[in-house]
Amino acid sequence: MADGLTGPRGPKPRRSFSAPNIFLYGTLIVVACYYALPLYVMITTSLKTMDEIRAGNIFSVPREFTIEPWIKAWSTACTGINCDGLSRGFWNSVRILIPSVILSISIASVNGYALANWKYKGAEFFFAVLMLGAFIPYQVMLYPIVLVLRNVGDFLGFQLYGTLGGLVIVHTIFGMPILTLLFRNYFSSLPEELFKAARVDGAGFWGIFFQIMLPMALPIFVVAMILQVTGIWNDFLFGVIYTKPDIYPMTVQLNNIVNSVQGVKEYNVNMAATLLTGLVPLTIYFISGKLFVRGIAAGAVKG
Amino acid sequence: MTHSVQIKNLDLSFGAIKVLRNLNLDIGEGEFLVLLGSSGCGKSTLLNCIAGLLEPTDGQIWIKGQNVTWEEPSKRGIGMVFQSYALYPQMTVEGNLAFGLKNARVPKAEIAKRIARAAEMLQIAPLLQRKPGALSGGQRQRVAIGRALVRDVDVFLFDEPLSNLDAKLRADLRVEIKRLHEQLQNTMIYVTHDQIEAMTLADRIAIMKGGHIMQLGTPDEIYNLPQNLYVADFIGSPSMNFIQGHLEKGVFHKGDLRLPLTGYAFAAPQTADRPATIGIRPEHIVTGELVGNAPVQAGVTVDLVEPMGSDTLVWATLAGQPFRIRMDGQARVRNRDPLTIGIDPARASLFDTQTEARV
Repeated sequence: MADGLTGPRGPKPRRSFSAPNIFLYGTLIVVACYYALPLYVMITTSLKTMDEIRAGNIFSVPREFTIEPWIKAWSTACTGINCDGLSRGFWNSVRILIPSVILSISIASVNGYALANWKYKGAEFFFAVLMLGAFIPYQVMLYPIVLVLRNVGDFLGFQLYGTLGGLVIVHTIFGMPILTLLFRNYFSSLPEELFKAARVDGAGFWGIFFQIMLPMALPIFVVAMILQVTGIWNDFLFGVIYTKPDIYPMTVQLNNIVNSVQGVKEYNVNMAATLLTGLVPLTIYFISGKLFVRGIAAGAVKG
Repeated sequence: MTHSVQIKNLDLSFGAIKVLRNLNLDIGEGEFLVLLGSSGCGKSTLLNCIAGLLEPTDGQIWIKGQNVTWEEPSKRGIGMVFQSYALYPQMTVEGNLAFGLKNARVPKAEIAKRIARAAEMLQIAPLLQRKPGALSGGQRQRVAIGRALVRDVDVFLFDEPLSNLDAKLRADLRVEIKRLHEQLQNTMIYVTHDQIEAMTLADRIAIMKGGHIMQLGTPDEIYNLPQNLYVADFIGSPSMNFIQGHLEKGVFHKGDLRLPLTGYAFAAPQTADRPATIGIRPEHIVTGELVGNAPVQAGVTVDLVEPMGSDTLVWATLAGQPFRIRMDGQARVRNRDPLTIGIDPARASLFDTQTEARV
């Protein structure tokens, strides 16, 4: 060295193939394989013909690719009395999903904002009751809700029980505790002085919500959307109870295809149907990236 | 003097905790009043009550002769500047300034006129199209002041506006706020825990503790005639030296130390002898050639020296307790040096040890 310094200097050199690294990455690779293998089996099986599947050897790559099972799962597989595949269920699920997500997030965001910023009388009590709701198992409330939907429907003069509208209401109500908690915590984390400044500037309840809070709350809206889309899309229980065969959501139809006890088990069609059903949440996971992790962390409260 | 803001018998409790107790305060038209106190003394709470952001438990708030106790913050004729600036992050500077005016349905031409005027006064005209995220701390606080300015209000409320800024910016912006007050002649109420800000800015200072006003007076009165031990201890840096002793026939005794209080302005004619505490500011102690002119002299030994550039703080022992002396920055003293000091008891403050009130 020109400056006459000897011994270690600058950044410490690091070896890529050190023992801790080999152990760390080795473990990661093994675990990744373990989790990726079922997905690999599902995808390859869904692209094989039944003859090939019967030959055994589930890990082999398909000898002749066929997308026939996918087409069958989507448009001609029999689900109970209908034989038009999952397409019917897909559109039912979309019709359930969109209004449920919009409705529940709209109401919960206002709830959370009011609870965080406008400390009205009884706010704490209201919040405590709402949180209590989050800890009661859904199963306990199944039958009471059937009665409520039927009676309220009778009272209002149109059918709620057994309709998509009724299911949307159920999803909206059950999403309320966790979503309200999510929004309340987020709005509480925004600086209080911002809210005060807006009040001094003469903005009211809705003025502050739409002009100040909403533009700052985009991340939490995305998190809430991820939670709701995956939750509602994957729901099976409410779908099977509060609707009827014509309007079953995709998950219920999938179950009817896969668990059918009549005829030959078409494993390739079953795999394709399962992958098709999981496609919506999967797409959401992939496009939302980092925000999804936050959604999981927030959802961890739910248990 | 007409009153701009009046606080009458104000009480505020959070549950069982009383934050403000029967507080009364009259603030004159165009006055710069500073609420000074350590954290938790209720100064920010009082400001929030004046702004209408907190509901008092009891009492009234009057602004410009109107009882505004039940009014919304926006209807009180106040503008407020916050410590964290509280700028709306998704709006441009211009949007921030216009927000309050749009809510008040001020015509567009008028909004533009007022923004232009405020931007010129605060030198933020080149920043109008930027978002707050692209501004420095000092610029943000200027915009926050501008937001209060465009509202054309009678009373400005400042909630520790300079606390988030670094020392140099703080000094710069302090001068600017003072200049702004000279220019606008508005009533300003300013909350701070920084006594330098309070002393330099205020027409009057209210020193608060535990929801009470301990003393209300001009900076001069607060510094020279503190009404109680708390104020005496709170104001001044380095803080006052206190010696607990006895007052007998107009002379303060503590051990060998005797301080005859000739020339001291007693608050009331003194008759009874009693335990008393004398407070002497480190900067009122003379050393060197000036000692001869001082009424009382004493010899001490230097314990510790803290050089601060502009001056030197010397720790010594007087009457058996630590004693601070402020000397010139050029003074060269070392530990264990003997030092002769001169004290002028007329400039000291004497307090009753029991009641802690000025004697």
